[in-house]
This record gives sequence, structure tokens and C-alpha cells, in this order.
Amino acid sequence: MNLFDLWMGTSQGIQGASGAAGAAGIALQLAIIIIKVAVIVGVLMVHVTWATYFERKTIGHMQVRLGPMRVGPHGFLQPIADFIKLFFKEDVIPASADKPVFFVAPVISIFATMSAVAVIPIFSGFEIADINIGLLYILAMSSLSAYGVIMAGWASNSKYSFLGGLRSSAQVISYEVAMGLSLVGVMMMAGSLNLTEIVKAQQKYPLGIFAIPQILGFFVFMVSAFAETNRTPFDLPEAESELVAGYFTEYSGMRFALFYVAEYIGMIGMSLVAITCFLGGWTGPFHIPYVPFAWLLIKLYLMIFLFYWVRATVPRYRYDQLMKLGWKFLIPLALFNIVLTGAVKLLVKA
Amino acid sequence: MNPIVFGYLAAAILLLSLLAVTNKNPVHAILLVIVMFFHMAVMYIGLGAEFLAAVQVIVYAGAILVLFLFVVFVLNIREETGGERFSSVWPFGLSIATGLLLLAVILSGKVRLGAMGPYTPQVIAAETHTKILGRVLYTDYILPFEISSLILLVAVVGAITLAGREDR
Repeated sequence: MNLFDLWMGTSQGIQGASGAAGAAGIALQLAIIIIKVAVIVGVLMVHVTWATYFERKTIGHMQVRLGPMRVGPHGFLQPIADFIKLFFKEDVIPASADKPVFFVAPVISIFATMSAVAVIPIFSGFEIADINIGLLYILAMSSLSAYGVIMAGWASNSKYSFLGGLRSSAQVISYEVAMGLSLVGVMMMAGSLNLTEIVKAQQKYPLGIFAIPQILGFFVFMVSAFAETNRTPFDLPEAESELVAGYFTEYSGMRFALFYVAEYIGMIGMSLVAITCFLGGWTGPFHIPYVPFAWLLIKLYLMIFLFYWVRATVPRYRYDQLMKLGWKFLIPLALFNIVLTGAVKLLVKA
Repeated sequence: MNPIVFGYLAAAILLLSLLAVTNKNPVHAILLVIVMFFHMAVMYIGLGAEFLAAVQVIVYAGAILVLFLFVVFVLNIREETGGERFSSVWPFGLSIATGLLLLAVILSGKVRLGAMGPYTPQVIAAETHTKILGRVLYTDYILPFEISSLILLVAVVGAITLAGREDR
């Protein structure tokens, strides 16, 4: 019986239980959930802050530069300086902007990316919400992230923003199809949409991961994840040589920072989904004592490094190539993967 | 479902729909509809239909309304917001709506519930909604399911043919 049942009154227990005991139970469950949310959001924000530093350092060294060096040892405190700068910057709102939509767009962006993290099992038995349709919930939340972008692009009332917003929403919608289809193979192998069940189902396979039998699905998912988070080589919505900064051209100060944070949370969220669905979640080749989430963090850092590595290596796609890749290559490949998975599953069973 | 939760959801859905219909700015209207769809998704969860709730958000909020937004973006907002709130035939529409409402109120006392099926809330909670829905769809309702997918396929092929006609 979880909190949602209590709140909805769908569970049999709560209708019988009444008075102080029931109320205390609800308060306790609520307190536990709030603490979990605070811990995860706090850890997430720290990771986002230093992910920017990690990115600049990684790309700097790949391009034989040093990256930020001035603030703190090896520039380690640079993110804090950046944050102070953004916080005290003037918040400029274009005169002809649609103000309510302009204000709410970055909030939707950050809400959509952050709420997907709520169902990720950090380690065995620790997640904010253990729901039956975890994977579908993640797809639903990631489909909402298009709204933040599309609304920001429209509400700014600027040509660059509008074109960036249109590009981005078309890209996100196209690649969402490929991403959803690539996860179907995982659902078929695990026989569940619950993320904890998916992690447990992977233990029967070599190395405890789905990435080997689902190599096609993993490939399609990773390419789609790059497109979904608007990262290089698919960062056309913010192609600075054509569209200034794309959909958030007109944003400044804290609102700009919200979009920036949403992009990094989106990247971390996509990495966590990939880790949970394809790379065995919190489990690893051997047990690390006292730190149950150690493997998850190691895998997360490697995934984030992959995002930066690709950014430093691969040039940007042209827009028609991007659409062609999505619709004519990734979606058929993901469909083939579904057929293949089903056929192999039937043959092995027989 | 908890009556307070249901009351809130029902009121919010009604209010948001009314606001969406009466709003002159089409973009704001669509955004109100999105919020309304979220309330409907929560309503589905309260009824134990978690798969429907997820699909409601993925398909309606995530895909169809984005396409609506694309279309609305092409409109000239200043022109759209300048005109009358309702078209000139609104008394006609209102009288039909009122008549239907009256009919619903009169007939609501006469409704008889059918026999209860095998899927009670307890069965659904034990086996999960998604699993049951998938099984029923692919066994008992396989023929209607296949027919509807064929209809959608025909629509897709038709759309591609219409869009690609100039190339030939």
C-alpha cells in the first residue's frame, strides 16, 4: 500500500483504518517521500553544477586546451562563479513576448526532465515512486519536454527563437518514436514495465546487462537520447552559427539558467534510463560494500563522458540528414529489433 | 476513488475545458487543454487504469497536441484574437447543448448497470492493468484490433501518397 493508494482511497486498508493511526501513517509516508525527493533533487543539482565543469574540462583536454583554470584549484569552483553571475544578471523580457507562456516555458522544461528521475531505482528498494508503468511514465514525461522548447520558441516572438523551437519540437517528436520502439525490446525481454523488475530480469543474461542481446535497441536508444536532449551531433535547435541560441535566444539571467539546467538534467535522466534498461542499473560485476549506488554512479559518469566525447568528436548533422536518419534508418531498425526479439523469445521457449 | 479527489478532478476538468473553449488566443487554449488532459490522466489512475493514464499523456498531450500547436503557430495570432469570441450561430449551438444536457439529466435515473465482468479492481491490482489489457486485446479482441490497425495503415499510406504527389 503506497501513498498514492492512501490518497486516492483505492486501497481497502485505508477505508477501514480511520482516526489518529491512519493520519499518522499518512504523515509518516509523506515525510519519507519528501525526504527522498529532497535528497535526490539535491544530489541531482550538485551533479548538474559540476557536469558543466566536467564538460568544459573534458572538451578542453580533447582539444589540447586546459579549460577553466582560474577559479579554485584547476578551476574546480568555476560552476559556482558561473551560478553567481547568472543569478545576478538582469532578467530581460522582450516587449512583445507572450508573458505567461514565456514565464512558464523554462519551468515546464525543468519539470518534465526532473520528474522522469522520480521512478529510477537508485539502488535496490530506493526510488521515489515504484510504479508498475515506470517505463511508460518516463516516455510520457520526456514527451512533455517538447512543450518547454516549443513554448519558449513561440512566446519569445523572435524569428531565431521560433525557428529553433520548431526545429527542436520536430526533432524531439521524431526521435521519440524511435526511442519508444527501442525500449519495446527491453519490455519484451523483461516482461514488465516496472524498472526494478527490468533491472532484476537482466541478472539472467551475460554480464547482467541487456545491452548484449538488445544491442540494436541499445544503439537506437542512445542515438535517440542524443537527439532528445538536443546534444551534438543533433544540436540543430541551438545551432549558434544559424540561429544564435535557438529557442532560448531571448532568455537571460535565471530563466536562461533554468533551460541550461534542464538540458543537463535531461542528459543525466537519459543516461539513467539507459543504465536501468540496458546496463543493469545498480548491479555490477562484483559487490562494492557500504555504497549500494556505487555502480550506478560509475556507469552514470561513463555515460556523461560519452556525451562529451561525442560532442568533441562528431560534427553537426544537417537538418534533412537528421530527419532521414530518424525516420528511414532508426525507426525501421527498432521495428526489426522488436520482430527479432519476439522471434528469438519464441524459439528459445519452444 | 476518494470523493474529494474526484470532486476536484471533475471540477478542474470542467473549468479548464470551459476556459479552453472561451479563450480567444488559440495557443493559450491548447495549453489549457494540456492541463486538462493531465487531470484526466490522474482520473484514470484513480480508476486503476494506469496504462490508459500513461497513454493519455504520451499520445494526446505528447503527440497530438504538439501537432495542433504546429498548425496554430502558422495562424496570425493578432488576427485570431481580434475577432468576436463566438461565431454568430452561438444561440443555436447553445440550445442544442442545453437540450442534450436536459436529456442526460432526465435519463440519468433510468440507467441500468450491466452484469459485472471478470476484471474487478482486486483482479486488476493483482495482475496489473497493462498485462490484462494486453492479453484481452490480443486474444478476445484480436480481430477488431487488427482491423483498426489496418485502417490506420491505410490512412498513413493515403497521407504519404497525397503529400508525395508532386514528385511524380
